[in-house]
Amino acid sequence: MEGSGVVTVYGNGAITETKKSPFSVKVGLAQMLRGGVIMDVVNAEQARIAEEAGACAVMALERVPADIRAQGGVARMSDPQLIKEIKQAVTIPVMAKARIGHFVEAQILEHLGIDYVDESEVLTLADEDNHINKHNFRIPFVCGCRNLGEALRRIREGAAMIRTKGEAGTGNIIEAVRHVRSVMGDIRVLRNMDDDEVFTFAKKIAAPYDLVMQTKQLGRLPVVHFAAGGVATPADAALMMQLGCDGVFVGSGVFKSGDPAKRARAIVQAVTHYSDPEVLAEVSCGLGEAMVGINLNDSNVERFANRSE
Amino acid sequence: MALVGVLALQGSFNEHIAALKRLGVKGVEIRKPEQLLTVNSLIIPGGESTTMAKLAEYFNLFPALREFVQMGKPVWGTCAGLIFLADKAIGQKIGGQQLVGGLDCTVHRNFFGSQIQSFETELAVPELASKEGGPETFRGVFIRAPAILDVGPEVQVLADYPVPSDKVTSSDSSVEDKKENAEEENKVIVAVRQGNILATAFHPELTADTRWHSYFLKMGNVTGEEASSSGIVPAQVSTSYKQPLQNELPIFQ
Repeated sequence: MEGSGVVTVYGNGAITETKKSPFSVKVGLAQMLRGGVIMDVVNAEQARIAEEAGACAVMALERVPADIRAQGGVARMSDPQLIKEIKQAVTIPVMAKARIGHFVEAQILEHLGIDYVDESEVLTLADEDNHINKHNFRIPFVCGCRNLGEALRRIREGAAMIRTKGEAGTGNIIEAVRHVRSVMGDIRVLRNMDDDEVFTFAKKIAAPYDLVMQTKQLGRLPVVHFAAGGVATPADAALMMQLGCDGVFVGSGVFKSGDPAKRARAIVQAVTHYSDPEVLAEVSCGLGEAMVGINLNDSNVERFANRSE
Repeated sequence: MALVGVLALQGSFNEHIAALKRLGVKGVEIRKPEQLLTVNSLIIPGGESTTMAKLAEYFNLFPALREFVQMGKPVWGTCAGLIFLADKAIGQKIGGQQLVGGLDCTVHRNFFGSQIQSFETELAVPELASKEGGPETFRGVFIRAPAILDVGPEVQVLADYPVPSDKVTSSDSSVEDKKENAEEENKVIVAVRQGNILATAFHPELTADTRWHSYFLKMGNVTGEEASSSGIVPAQVSTSYKQPLQNELPIFQ
């Protein structure tokens, strides 16, 4: 740098040419996914089942979170071959997970031409301190959060979509509710706050002031906000929608249940008709066995959600 | 105040309702066939067309939608909505999907490719500018967008977009047929009107420019003058439980 006299300025340190994909286009796809269900799938066959059920996107991964939990070991980005096969099989958007902070996995996923990258705490961390600088990518990112501060930090890093983390692979909705309530509650507090107090509030939740102020004005997160981690029934999905989410991710809940196709279809319908108990009752009938689920009072259960800040 | 229905199965229906609100018009969410009877015009928003088609199928919406279009009531489809309204769509999922039809054209689903190829551009919109005023161009946001490959004689082309023939060199299989299209014709159609059907491949609801929305509302007024003056806007049926506060996302410039 000293020799050439070249310096890079903030926002211009791009690895790839960024300007082709402005933030509006990145958020745009997430906006098209609103009111929809994004399902975890591990092969092309499951991707087809999800598409036929009416999923608005699929998340391609090697093992669903429940299996990651059961089998342990290091969970990484899926084999690109698998992602390609899934992409071939369906016409709906395909997402894939990269490890937190592992920007090379993200570069590979971008090159594969998938539609969204999930920088996910469900996979083993690659970097304990830093997330991926998502401004450097043309592909949009979705990131997890447990509270408002975490959500706004991710947005500042370039995430174009947020999902509350919940506790993936447990089939237990409690953590998802906790996180959604935390985000929504903080926003309600923020909305009633005097402008003078926002500086300290921003410091307290460790989030950038401008985004906190924007959130206050909007009364919601400035990007699309999905729920994730523990959705196992149509009622769970509708609960997330009534709490104010824009859509849901369903991980292990579908393909770890007795009749995946039927359950997937029911969850899709529940998200559209989330405030209509008549429809909810109808679609919840006779779905077969739900995934078994894990009681989260047990402190031996590893908390994926606490892996990143 | 006129009521405009917005098909609220999935996708950007909130954005459409927010855009209508900026024009002082109330948008009503349509999820069931009987709700279609309460409105005089309908917007089919962007979203995943396969998902929307599945949901429409589950709740038996297709007959009602076809009837609505055939009655000549104004209908506008954006992106996925365009696919819904087209008589013929290519690039569909295995097994295809149901369409509403009515618009005499062939649509290529997901023409521009995956999200990496999504883009924003200034489109020349002479017809819109002459009717609604404002600048000669419109900020078109294309998200995994479809394109219209050819249209019937009754269809009026409102905007097109040049496709460079050296475009896209990805290894995707769906790109192959796209390439040959690009070679034979260097422009694709992205906005059309046929009678009371309006269709755009891009997303006016994602921009602050409401000219397409007001253009659409005027289509409604030509045919249904008497309806727009009705003072008896039916009170919002509140059979539903908790409806979260409808706060809208910002518009990114």
